[in-house]
Amino acid sequence: MTISTTMPRRLSYRFSWVGMIGFAIILFWAVIALLAPHIIPYPVGEIVDEDYFGPMSSKLLLGSDYLGRDMLSRIIMGARYTVGISLAAVCLACFTGGALGMAAAVVGGWFDTVLSRFLDALNSIPSKLSGLVIAAAVGSSLSVLIVMLGVIYIPGAYRFARSLAVNINTMDYITVARTRGEGISYVVFSEILPNIIGPLLADFGIRFVFIVLLLSGLSFLGLGVQPPYADWGALVHENIGGLPFGAPAVIVPSLAIASLTISVNLLIDNLPKKIRDRSA
Amino acid sequence: MRTYVLGLITNRLGSSALTLLIVSFAVFFATAMLPGDTATILLGQAATPEAVAGLRAAMHLDEPAFFRFARWLFGLLQGDLGTSYVNNVPVAQLIGARFVNTMRLAGIVTLIAVPLSLILGITSAMFRGSAYDRIVTILTIGVISVPEFMIATSAVLLFSVYLKWLPALSFAGDVASFWQVLKIYAMPVITLTFVVSAQMIRMTRAAVIDTINTPYVEAAILKGASRWRAVIIHALPNAVGPIANAIALALSYLVGGVIIVETIFNYPGIAKLMVDGVSTRDLPLIQSCAIIFCVGYLALITFADIVAILANPRVR
Repeated sequence: MTISTTMPRRLSYRFSWVGMIGFAIILFWAVIALLAPHIIPYPVGEIVDEDYFGPMSSKLLLGSDYLGRDMLSRIIMGARYTVGISLAAVCLACFTGGALGMAAAVVGGWFDTVLSRFLDALNSIPSKLSGLVIAAAVGSSLSVLIVMLGVIYIPGAYRFARSLAVNINTMDYITVARTRGEGISYVVFSEILPNIIGPLLADFGIRFVFIVLLLSGLSFLGLGVQPPYADWGALVHENIGGLPFGAPAVIVPSLAIASLTISVNLLIDNLPKKIRDRSA
Repeated sequence: MRTYVLGLITNRLGSSALTLLIVSFAVFFATAMLPGDTATILLGQAATPEAVAGLRAAMHLDEPAFFRFARWLFGLLQGDLGTSYVNNVPVAQLIGARFVNTMRLAGIVTLIAVPLSLILGITSAMFRGSAYDRIVTILTIGVISVPEFMIATSAVLLFSVYLKWLPALSFAGDVASFWQVLKIYAMPVITLTFVVSAQMIRMTRAAVIDTINTPYVEAAILKGASRWRAVIIHALPNAVGPIANAIALALSYLVGGVIIVETIFNYPGIAKLMVDGVSTRDLPLIQSCAIIFCVGYLALITFADIVAILANPRVR
């Protein structure tokens, strides 16, 4: 007992190789999204193939879309929208929901009751349905999409953070900090947050997957990212006519989404226990 | 004890009713936030100010939002779903037949998915760690982590492009024979079954594993009961509650799935109606469809909770 407390904390986490593969694929898409305008072989809007729904060839690695545009370039640019919008939305959801959840656990009382009641009610609207209703009401520009996706997942992030923070809130050192006269923000960010940051990060990843799936679903319905921009879901939407021919233009964007979501799931499932359950 | 359980259930029903009120409030105000004036949008740019004012009064748009909400909710409770902006037909009339179609689709999927998931979920829990369990787990995680439309497009690629067993994306109106009905329903049902079953298998497996890990099941195995006997006779009766809960929860994934599936297969159901309503911005239609879906979703979740209450022997 005394030995382990005096030993310097070991920072070498053991990652399983499955988790490493997941991480590598995430990193790959992140780099693609960052460098997109510099690595696309053809401008995204340019028609480069006389044929539409062209097959894969050495000139067009992933074939052409319904207008004869290069699919590889469109997927590379699509990575920007899918990854970028989802990342912005998940930050909004987790920061807001997390802060509110921890604050509710610390403050308690009617603030906690009313907020929990309200957010739990919002949580019982199916996410796709909220997306449809909001898209109908305020349209779907890129900024609206980010805010909408963020807001839809705030209740979930709130509930998760609150349930973790409630446990920490009963610890003696929280009582000490309060007796010392510390304010709510100090207790939340300096006492509670460091103790639950691991599980919160895992939740961040899971919620990122939810958001990618919802965004793709909405774009697939034609209610998400609007032309001339296209994320991966929108690419499937606009090329759905190629499905009866088995065109790569329909299959490849779906595979891109799947590779991203599955690798995030793999990474989180294989996170070292030290990170995932630090609160335990 | 009986009154205690009844109290718990009443409490749960009451909280669902409150949730539904908040949800309808949220749906109404999300749609009422529409930028621009509805009357102006309906009449177009060329309308005279008098005409706009007249329409506003007729639609009660000049009243405070809260009164409009109360009026809308009151109408809803009486079964008045309002009138479609686009073709001036009562929304109830638009929804009627399509609601039956969606319920039929959901019913068929439930009938297939529940037994399938129970068998796969329970057996994979029994043989935890085996190759069979790992294959089932990987497949369910795979299905859960991809968008629903990808399951649908993969089904089309497999069954109609490569195998050529079924028609592709068309939902033909003529239903002459039983065989044709089967062909029409096959693809939507296959897709939805995949989506719902994956969730159901995962949750059932987790519920059964929780029960298998208890000391009394270990005791049963130690006394020499076979693995089948330990699971089926000893563990399963105690897992019924959590499993029923898992089924009801997984069925709520039908709501999200049905929106995608009806759109991609052009199935004449209520979700397709709603998606079409979103592109034409037909607010009364969207509100009504959203409320119907929320009621269905809440009903399933409430049902799951009530089953969990009833199945818990500690409160019975």
